[in-house]
Amino acid sequence: MEQNNKTATTHSIGIYLWIWGLLFVFSTFSYMVDWFDFQGLLRWSLIIFFMLIKAGLIMSIFMHLYWERWAIVNVLLWPMTAIMVFVVIMTAESQYTFFTRALFFVMGG
Amino acid sequence: MSELDISKLPKGGKGFVHDFAADQTTFKGVPWGKAMMWIFLLSDTFIFSCFLISLMTARSSTTAEWPYPSEVFGLTMFGVEVPLLLIAIMTFVLITSSGTMALAVKYGYERNRKMCAWLILATAIGGLTFVGMQAFEWSKLIFHDGIRPWSNPFGAAQFGSFFFMITGFHGTHVSIGVIFLFIFARKTFRGDFDAGRRGYFTSMKSDYKAIEILGLYWHFVDLVWVFIFAFFYLW
Repeated sequence: MEQNNKTATTHSIGIYLWIWGLLFVFSTFSYMVDWFDFQGLLRWSLIIFFMLIKAGLIMSIFMHLYWERWAIVNVLLWPMTAIMVFVVIMTAESQYTFFTRALFFVMGG
Repeated sequence: MSELDISKLPKGGKGFVHDFAADQTTFKGVPWGKAMMWIFLLSDTFIFSCFLISLMTARSSTTAEWPYPSEVFGLTMFGVEVPLLLIAIMTFVLITSSGTMALAVKYGYERNRKMCAWLILATAIGGLTFVGMQAFEWSKLIFHDGIRPWSNPFGAAQFGSFFFMITGFHGTHVSIGVIFLFIFARKTFRGDFDAGRRGYFTSMKSDYKAIEILGLYWHFVDLVWVFIFAFFYLW
């Protein structure tokens, strides 16, 4: 069961340096979003786009998930869908809270 | 224990069914310590998600103006307002330490003791630099800008409590990681993982797999920062 140390897969140094470089590039890009002061939908979509690329690179290469068997990859990634559901629920909830607050401030108690 | 050659097992979806239907360990080729670290990280993911989701909820439900992080965290360098300068540098420092950690894991598995130990030490110093810059950021915000968990001069009162809670919780993770990195650098320099020396706390023998497990934790800290950077500082 345990990975044999002598044959443990090591990857060439090149791939780590590449990913390292890419993470620098994408971090610079996401900083540029703020630097050029993009606003609105463009800002939000760019932020999320660069964030997901960086997270994907770290998880798949640095954390070796790309080379793991599907058994552990699926156990780790599927629970994340619960987080997405929670985000949707709380978005609706916060809009309702905002509505009631706005109503309260306009109408008074 | 007979050696299991995982390269002979079915891969992909078929492998998924095969592994879960197997009557022995489910996570084949994964040392138990690594599986446990992953499960811990999954639970930690949920904690950080709850923080960030409550940030989203607070920010979109408040009727007051939310402080604009780009200006709050801006620094004046040589008379020019630079937005998010310190945060950008912190991001690069953390990514760099993540890179050195990935290389440390690689050299560990290649049994290159010296290279591995130096890279772990470099990672620890990177982490320490990050925590130092965070301490600077906190003291600037507390003493200079007057941000408190219950109020701040920039806008919505909730801003402070979310800032201190989220960056504080992440900073705690970094600090704990730095402590373990220094301990593991010492252990590696001493050759504990070659000799199979027993650990002080666990009294168990360990080898270079331990470096990969420590590496998972460290990369996770970097991973969380990616999300904090996006949702707290940039949004």
